[in-house]
Amino acid sequence: MATTAEGFDVHSDHGHDAHDHADHKPGFFARWFMSTNHKDIGTMYLIFAIIAGIVGGAISGIMRVELAEPGIQYLTWWAQFMGGGNDLNTALHMWNVFITAHGLIMVFFMVMPAMIGGFGNWFVPLMIGAPDMAFPRMNNVSFWLTVAGFFSLLFSMFVPGGSDPGAGTGWTVYAPLSTSGSVGPAVDFAIFSLHLAGAGSILGATNFITTIFNMRAPGMTLHKMPLFVWSVPVPAFLLLLALPVLAAAITMLLTDRNFGTTFFNPAGGGDPVLYQHLFWFFGHPEVYIMILPGFGMISQIVATFSRKPVFGYLGMAYAMVAIGVVGFIVWAHHMYTTGLDVNTKMYFTAATMVIAVPTGVKIFSWIATMWGGSLEFKSPMVWSLGFIFLFTVGGVTGVVLANGGIDDNLHDTYYVVAHFHYVLSMGAVFSMFAGFYYWFPKMSGRMHSELLSHLHFWTFFIGVNVIFFPQHFLGMQGMPRRYPDYAEAFHFWHQVSTYGYYIMAGSMLFFFVNILYALAAGKKAPANPWGEGATTLEWTLPSPPPYHQFETLPVITDANDYHDHRPVTA
Amino acid sequence: MAGTANHDYHILEPDIWPLVGSISALTFTTGMVFFMHHTPATETEPAQFGFWPIVLGLGIMGLIATFFMWFRNIVIEAQRGDHTPVVQLHMRYGMILFIASEVMFFVGWFWSFFDFALFPTPLSFDEATGATTSLFGQAGAVAQFVPEGMKVLDPFALPLLNTLILLCSGTTVTWAHHSLIHGDRQGLKQGLWATIALGLLFSSIQAYEYSAAPFGFGGNSYASAFYMATGFHGFHVIIGTIFLAVGLYRSYLGHFTPRQHFGFEAAAWYWHFVDVVWLFLFVAIYVWGGWGAEYH
Repeated sequence: MATTAEGFDVHSDHGHDAHDHADHKPGFFARWFMSTNHKDIGTMYLIFAIIAGIVGGAISGIMRVELAEPGIQYLTWWAQFMGGGNDLNTALHMWNVFITAHGLIMVFFMVMPAMIGGFGNWFVPLMIGAPDMAFPRMNNVSFWLTVAGFFSLLFSMFVPGGSDPGAGTGWTVYAPLSTSGSVGPAVDFAIFSLHLAGAGSILGATNFITTIFNMRAPGMTLHKMPLFVWSVPVPAFLLLLALPVLAAAITMLLTDRNFGTTFFNPAGGGDPVLYQHLFWFFGHPEVYIMILPGFGMISQIVATFSRKPVFGYLGMAYAMVAIGVVGFIVWAHHMYTTGLDVNTKMYFTAATMVIAVPTGVKIFSWIATMWGGSLEFKSPMVWSLGFIFLFTVGGVTGVVLANGGIDDNLHDTYYVVAHFHYVLSMGAVFSMFAGFYYWFPKMSGRMHSELLSHLHFWTFFIGVNVIFFPQHFLGMQGMPRRYPDYAEAFHFWHQVSTYGYYIMAGSMLFFFVNILYALAAGKKAPANPWGEGATTLEWTLPSPPPYHQFETLPVITDANDYHDHRPVTA
Repeated sequence: MAGTANHDYHILEPDIWPLVGSISALTFTTGMVFFMHHTPATETEPAQFGFWPIVLGLGIMGLIATFFMWFRNIVIEAQRGDHTPVVQLHMRYGMILFIASEVMFFVGWFWSFFDFALFPTPLSFDEATGATTSLFGQAGAVAQFVPEGMKVLDPFALPLLNTLILLCSGTTVTWAHHSLIHGDRQGLKQGLWATIALGLLFSSIQAYEYSAAPFGFGGNSYASAFYMATGFHGFHVIIGTIFLAVGLYRSYLGHFTPRQHFGFEAAAWYWHFVDVVWLFLFVAIYVWGGWGAEYH
C-alpha cells in the first residue's frame, strides 16, 4: 500500500510474524519529514527538546558564569560577539536577551515538546491501546510549527530589539518594555515565535483530547486509564483554553507596536497591567501544563518499581483535574505588587493555597504507593524519588510566595527564581529524566547503563541543589531577579550557585554518554525490562514497538479493576 | 501498510503539507516583521526590508496552497470511504475543540474591552485631526469610556441591520441542513446560496461602516478595542463564508449524503459560532459600550 516511498524493513530480525507487515516503514525523507506516525513524531519532539535544552542550558551557563563575580565580566564580549556595540548599555541589553531566550526556550521549546510532544505522542496511543493518534497529519504540523517558532526566536537574535540585537523583554514580554521600550523587529520575531509555537500546541492539544476520548481500546474505560494518560488531556485542555488568550494578548502587543493601537498605552486610555492579566491568565495554567505530565510519569514509575498499584488511583486522577481547574483562577498571584487592592490579594492568596490540597494528595499518594512495596531502585525510580523530594521543596516555597503580604517583599527576588526552578528544573526536568530512563528501552530497543544513569542522577541532584538552594538565601537577602550585577554582599552565594552549575553541566555528560553507549552497544531490551510492576499496555509490545501497533485492538479485562491495564490476551 | 488493520481508525500515508505549511507560516510571519519594519532609503540610510512583499507573498501563497491541498486531501479521503463513523466522531471532537479555542481568543479581546470600559481614563478626541489627548490629572477631567468629543456608530442603524442579517443567515444555514437531511439537494443549494449571500452582505456592510466611521484605527482604547474585536470577527465571517462556499461547491459535486456530511456541518457550526460572537459584540461594544456617547 506504500505508494509514496519505497519501504525497508529494519526490525525484521526480531519482529514476530504477526507484526512483519506492520513494520513496513517509508523511506528516509518520507519517514522523518512527512511523518504521520505518532512514534516517529514523538522521537522528533524528543530530539528537538534535547537540542533546545542544550541551547537553553548553554545560555543559563553564560548567565551563571557572569554572575559568579560582582561587576560585568563577559557580557560586553558577548554583546560584541552577537553584533552589538562595545558599551555598557549594549552589555546590559545582552543580559536581557539571555534571560528572555533562556525562559522562552526552556518553557516552549524544551519542557512542553519533551513532555507532551515527546512522551505524550509516544505513549498515550500505546497505553490506551490505539494504533496511532486521532489526527496523524495534524500531529506532524504541530511538531513543525514548534520548530518554526524556534527558528523565529533564533531570527530575533540577529536583528535589533532596541538599538542592539535581540529581544530583551523577559519571557513574559511585559508592556511597555515590549512596546515603546523595544521598537526593533527582534521583539516582533519573538512574538511571532509564540504565535507559531502556540498554534502548534493548540492543534496538539486538540489531537490528544480527541485521541484519549475516542480511541481507547475496548474495556479501557476512563477510570482504567493509566495515570500518565490522565495527565495529558488535563494540560491539553489548559493549552486549548489558555493559549488563545495569550495569542490575543501578544496580538495586541503587535498592533500597539506597529499599528498605533493603545491597548497597553495609558496615553490613549490603555492599561499596561491589562497585559499582565492577559499574560498570566495564560501563564499560570502554563506552569501546570509543564508539570502535570511529569506527575503522570512519576505515578507510573513509582507504581512499577514498588510493584504495587498506585495508591488512591481516583484521587490521583481527579487531583490533576482539580489542579487544572483551580489553575485558571489564581493568575493574579503573579501580580501582587502591581497595586491590586487588599481584597483581591486576599482572594488570590486563598485560591492559590487551595492548590496545595490536590498537590498534597499527589505527594502523599506517591509515598503511600511506596509504603510496604517491593522497592527496586532502578534509574527511573531514583529520579522519581528525587522528583518527589525536590518538587515538594518547590511546592513549600510556593505556599510561602502565595501569601500576598509576604510576596510584597519577595516579589522579583531570587527567592522566586529558586522557587520556580525547584518545581521546573528539578520537578519537571527530574520527571522527564525519570520518564526518559523508564521508556528509553521501549523507544530504542536498547538498555541504557544503570551505572551511568545513577551517576547522572547523583551528580545532577547535587549540582542543581547547589545552584538553586543558595538562591533562596540571596532572595531573602534582597537580591533582585534579572540583574547581571550585584552588591558585594551577595557574592558568596552567587559564587556557590555558579559552582553548582559546573557540577550540573558536567553531570549531563553522563546522560549523553549513556545514550550513545546504549545506542551503540546497549543490550537488546526485552518487551518488559522492569518486571511484573510494569502493567501498562506498552510493555506488552516488543521493544521497540512495530511501526504500526495494535492492528487488532487489545481488549482490556475487568472494567471494574482500576489497576489492571493488561489485555485479555497479552 | 494498514492493509490488514482490524480497526476502523484512519492510518494515514506520509504527507508533505504539514512541513510545507509550517515553513509557509514561518515565511508569512517573517514577511510580516519585514513589512512592519520596512523603511524607504533616505540620504543617510539605505532602504530596510524593501523586499518584504516577496517574503510575505511567498508565505501567503504557501499557506493558501497548504490549506487548499490539505482540505482537498481530506475531501478525497472522505469520498474514498476512509471516514468511518469513529473517524467522523474524531472530526466532531476536533471541530468543537477548535471552536472552544476560538471562543477563548475572543475572550481575550472582550477582556481588554471591558477593562477599558469599566476602568476608563479621561481622554479627549479631536474629530478634525483624529488625535486623542489624555486629560489624566487635569482638574475637572471626567473619566469616561468613549473619549470626550468622539462620536460612535449608532448601534440601531447598520449594526442592528447586520445583526438581523447574521441571525437570518443562521436560519438559512439551518434550512440548508434540514434539506440535506431530508435528501432535498435543491433546498441545500438554495439555503447555502442564501447564507453565503447574507455573509457577503454582512462583510460589505462592515467594510462600508469602517470606511465611514467617525474615528480611525487606534489612537485610543475605544478605537483599539472596537476595531480589533470587530475586525477579528469580520475575518472569521470571511473564513466562515469560504467554508460554506466549499460546502456549496461540494454539494454541486454531489458529495454530501443525508447520513454523512460533516464538511457541511462543521461549516454550519462555525457559522453559528461567528453569529454568537457578533451578538456579544453588538450588545457589549455597539450598544452598551457607546451608551450615552453621541452617535455619528
